[in-house]
Amino acid sequence: MSALARTRSVAFAVAWRGIHNAFTNPAFLLPSVLFPLFFFIAFAGGLSGVQNVPNFDFKSGYTSFQFAFVCVQAAAFGGVFTGFAIAADFEFGFARRLLLAAPNHGGIVIGYMISAMTRAAFVLAVVFVAGLISGMSVDGSLADLLALLALALAVSAVSTLWAAGIAMRIRTMQAGPVMQMPVFILLFLAPVYVPLNLVAGWVHDVARFNPATALLEAARGFISGEPTKVGITAACLAGMFALTVLWARGGLRSAERAG
Amino acid sequence: MSAAIAHSSLPTQVGLLAGRAVRRILRQPAQLVFPILFPLILLGVNASGLDAATNLPGFPSASYLDFALAIPFMQGALFAALNGGQDLARDIQNGFLDRLALTPMSGAALLAGQLGGALFMGVVSAMLYLVTGLLFGVGIASGVGGALVLLALAIVISFAFACFGTFVALRAGTGEAVQGFFPLFFVLLFLSSAFFPRNLIEQDWFRTVATYNPVSYMVEGLRSLVITGWDAQALLQAFGISAAAVVLFLALSSRALRMRLVRT
Repeated sequence: MSALARTRSVAFAVAWRGIHNAFTNPAFLLPSVLFPLFFFIAFAGGLSGVQNVPNFDFKSGYTSFQFAFVCVQAAAFGGVFTGFAIAADFEFGFARRLLLAAPNHGGIVIGYMISAMTRAAFVLAVVFVAGLISGMSVDGSLADLLALLALALAVSAVSTLWAAGIAMRIRTMQAGPVMQMPVFILLFLAPVYVPLNLVAGWVHDVARFNPATALLEAARGFISGEPTKVGITAACLAGMFALTVLWARGGLRSAERAG
Repeated sequence: MSAAIAHSSLPTQVGLLAGRAVRRILRQPAQLVFPILFPLILLGVNASGLDAATNLPGFPSASYLDFALAIPFMQGALFAALNGGQDLARDIQNGFLDRLALTPMSGAALLAGQLGGALFMGVVSAMLYLVTGLLFGVGIASGVGGALVLLALAIVISFAFACFGTFVALRAGTGEAVQGFFPLFFVLLFLSSAFFPRNLIEQDWFRTVATYNPVSYMVEGLRSLVITGWDAQALLQAFGISAAAVVLFLALSSRALRMRLVRT
């Protein structure tokens, strides 16, 4: 069996396990579905009056504006939840047995990533249907929506690699806040409630250089049918992917050394 | 501890258990830092992110920071309730409560002592949020007296949530169950008028939910002291609902404790 075939075999086995666990145990799947849905309802419902602020110029309405944020957030937190699962696997000894049994350790991380992306796609579908039911306006074409899905899946992959790097270094579920907080801060230091030009104070200064701003603006461009900052977003995602691959690889080496 | 309990009065028993609860919080920095820091981070982010909303006609404040200062008080109370409940659940799970039940410790002391830790967290976090707000330029429209009433109301609210957390812990008896209630706490906060004034919420269903959500009135009571001044109606509603919640959940907790001790 070639190295590629071994990697693929391990990745698919780990991915299938993750997907099977997620879809057969509601306790695993529900938080990753309910949290984005809840944020969507709370933000799009409670803050909808914000669209009347002077210079708020998003043509598809506030529900669509918040849907784009929730897409990115759901994908990012789906990756973090996968990190929790990896940490749990280490805590209960499963990951150590996996490291002994798998002929290719990189495949393990790829498998976790595939399972996170599958879960993210499911969660996005649920939130999208909820958005349509609540009267969300979708002005983007099918190609725009597919681009939005691709963006969200890329975010899911990056956040999974980030969380995996932490989980494999610390190897305990107590690492949860360490995985979660940076993602939370990165997302909320972007234009979450209003477009960047309406964000005030120090958050505006930070948001200008925050890669999450480009992701949100691109996601909003796709849903409104006016793609924007696509190149910058692709470059940001490629850069973050490269960095988190290195980060996860370091974590894997750390776990291998720990035995 | 049991020797000390055997010959002690009720206040001493309460003091012993409350001291233990406080020491347990102080020994776990994650329990102290995260519940205090997280609401402040969110306040800083929201104050900038939603400041544009103050340009809406009818928005009750010129600064979103002033408007939003009430939110950390609520979040701090929620975290205190969650942590207090989890500590009690741990005591149940590891048998500490069963061992206490074998001592002459009264049920009232047990409950009051447990709530002492949560109350301590409520006082510390409320003072910190107020000082932080003042340092960042929040003006308290009701003056120094209003700031004291704000602290008092925040502590009553914190106590009410702590009673709820205690009730859940005593009924369920596991940390996981208490943790499972965490989303409910946040649903209550997010589906209230905490982030936006009720009269400016455009979605009818959301405004209706916020109107029936008691958390809205707790937030509005705290907020009124910061941005309005002395608003008797808002304060009466906030104190009334919080006090009612204290009475209700204290009674439920007391009953749940009796049932748990009988089972023991």
